[in-house]
Amino acid sequence: MTPDAAPNRGRLVAIGRPSWTGRALWAGLALYVVYAASLLDITWQRFFAGLGHGTVFIGRMLPPDFTRWELLVSDLAESLEIAIVATFFGIVLSLPVGLLAARNLMPLWVTWPARLIIAVCRSFHPVIVAILFVKAVGFGALAGILALIIASIGFIGKLFAEAIEEISLKQVEAIRASGAPFANIITYGVLPQVLTRFIGFCTYQLDSNLRNSTMVGLVGAGGIGGTLFAAFQRFDYDFVCAILLAIIAVIMIAEVITTRLRASFQ
Amino acid sequence: MHGPNAMTTNATESGQNARSLVIRHLDKEYVRGIPVLKDINLEINGRGMTAIIGPSGTGKSTLIRCINRLVEPTRGEILVDGQNLVGLHGKALREARRRIGMVFQEFNLVERLTVIENLLCGRLGYVHPFAAWMRRFPEEDVARAYELLDIVGLKEFAMQRADELSGGQRQRVGIARAVMQKPRILLADEPTSSLDPKTSVEIMELMIQLAGQHDIPVVVNIHDVNLGRRFAQRVVGMSGGSIIFDGPPDDITDEHLMQIYGGKKWLQ
Repeated sequence: MTPDAAPNRGRLVAIGRPSWTGRALWAGLALYVVYAASLLDITWQRFFAGLGHGTVFIGRMLPPDFTRWELLVSDLAESLEIAIVATFFGIVLSLPVGLLAARNLMPLWVTWPARLIIAVCRSFHPVIVAILFVKAVGFGALAGILALIIASIGFIGKLFAEAIEEISLKQVEAIRASGAPFANIITYGVLPQVLTRFIGFCTYQLDSNLRNSTMVGLVGAGGIGGTLFAAFQRFDYDFVCAILLAIIAVIMIAEVITTRLRASFQ
Repeated sequence: MHGPNAMTTNATESGQNARSLVIRHLDKEYVRGIPVLKDINLEINGRGMTAIIGPSGTGKSTLIRCINRLVEPTRGEILVDGQNLVGLHGKALREARRRIGMVFQEFNLVERLTVIENLLCGRLGYVHPFAAWMRRFPEEDVARAYELLDIVGLKEFAMQRADELSGGQRQRVGIARAVMQKPRILLADEPTSSLDPKTSVEIMELMIQLAGQHDIPVVVNIHDVNLGRRFAQRVVGMSGGSIIFDGPPDDITDEHLMQIYGGKKWLQ
């Protein structure tokens, strides 16, 4: 008898047993979303009123006002400085931290503190860290730079450690068998295996630092964010629009540059 | 023990040769109480190739890795050039490892480095970390690397990345890298298992040739009995973590092979 002649041909049958825990979790999630939305007072009335306000807001933003372009340019330049300086020091510091956090190369008593540093760096949003640094070192770009260095260590350090944990230990073993000291094992057995990925992480972080450098200004940590916030509070919506357009332009240009950078290291 | 006089066949000749490997009462237990190697005694003198044969899982690889301490021996002594490697730490262990070349089953080249850089990896035990970081090697090492690359027939591949090579080419690089160390002994852990039969023979011939030129004794793990018998002057048969045959290849009988590998159907 051929399979085609079997009874119930084409009927679908389940493979594996249904997971009741899984179904219960999905149902729970659906219930919670409905409940949480009901608490937030989301109504169609508010939605339509919001549409009206939005139209007025956009109307006041147009046309963008570029008359204060000198302020705009100097603030953007400061944001760029914050991003690039923070990325540089972030990379330099995250290299050792990431290496020390790699569990396949380091003993537990080394990886544990390194992982703690990374976890602490990752716990807070850069804006919260920036608030702390503004209190510590005062208003200005230094606070922003320090905040973004912390963010960079958290991001690059974690991904770098994970990349090292995925390398082929066979290549490392060969270098070890030649009697090479530990530093040479790292430079010849480990780094070649993770270099392209590391450069990828660094350019992503530069990208992300550029975005965040426009934001730390909101809490007084330097860059264009401060001016943006002030313009909002003074209802200078046409200047706000000019700032937003300038930020978009900078981010897009940076995107192109970092993509090129990444491609050249492949 | 089969072949009662086999044990002494090679052990007695050129006993005073400094280029020697002596293993005494070596035990290895990965898990306490479950020995993988049981009281291994082995003495390898002078030149030529010694093949360790046996089924997979019998501890051949563990034995060869104990020699350069990639695997930590549980008990016993391993003497290379008269120096006991068991118990060495740090710099002393690294200096001992520099004198032991190793060829791997899966080549273990650094894939993203060029072929010539892979050869120079054999000198990393001698190069200061800062110089190595700056990609600087002594001129004579670089010259030697090109010379060796020419000998293994890959001169035109010097600047290509190792991951662009075929299996046989990679193993040639692996052998050249080990010879770059100017080792006193060359260990090869199943060097042909990832290769086709024709390439396997070429690789064995290359090892014999280079080891002969540089006067390096070779110890090779090989599960292919015929390949081992064809190239080695001495065969060590292992089974269940012990040496059960040790002698010239012509002395191995089907009876020995049955005892080493178990069963007899495969012999027909």
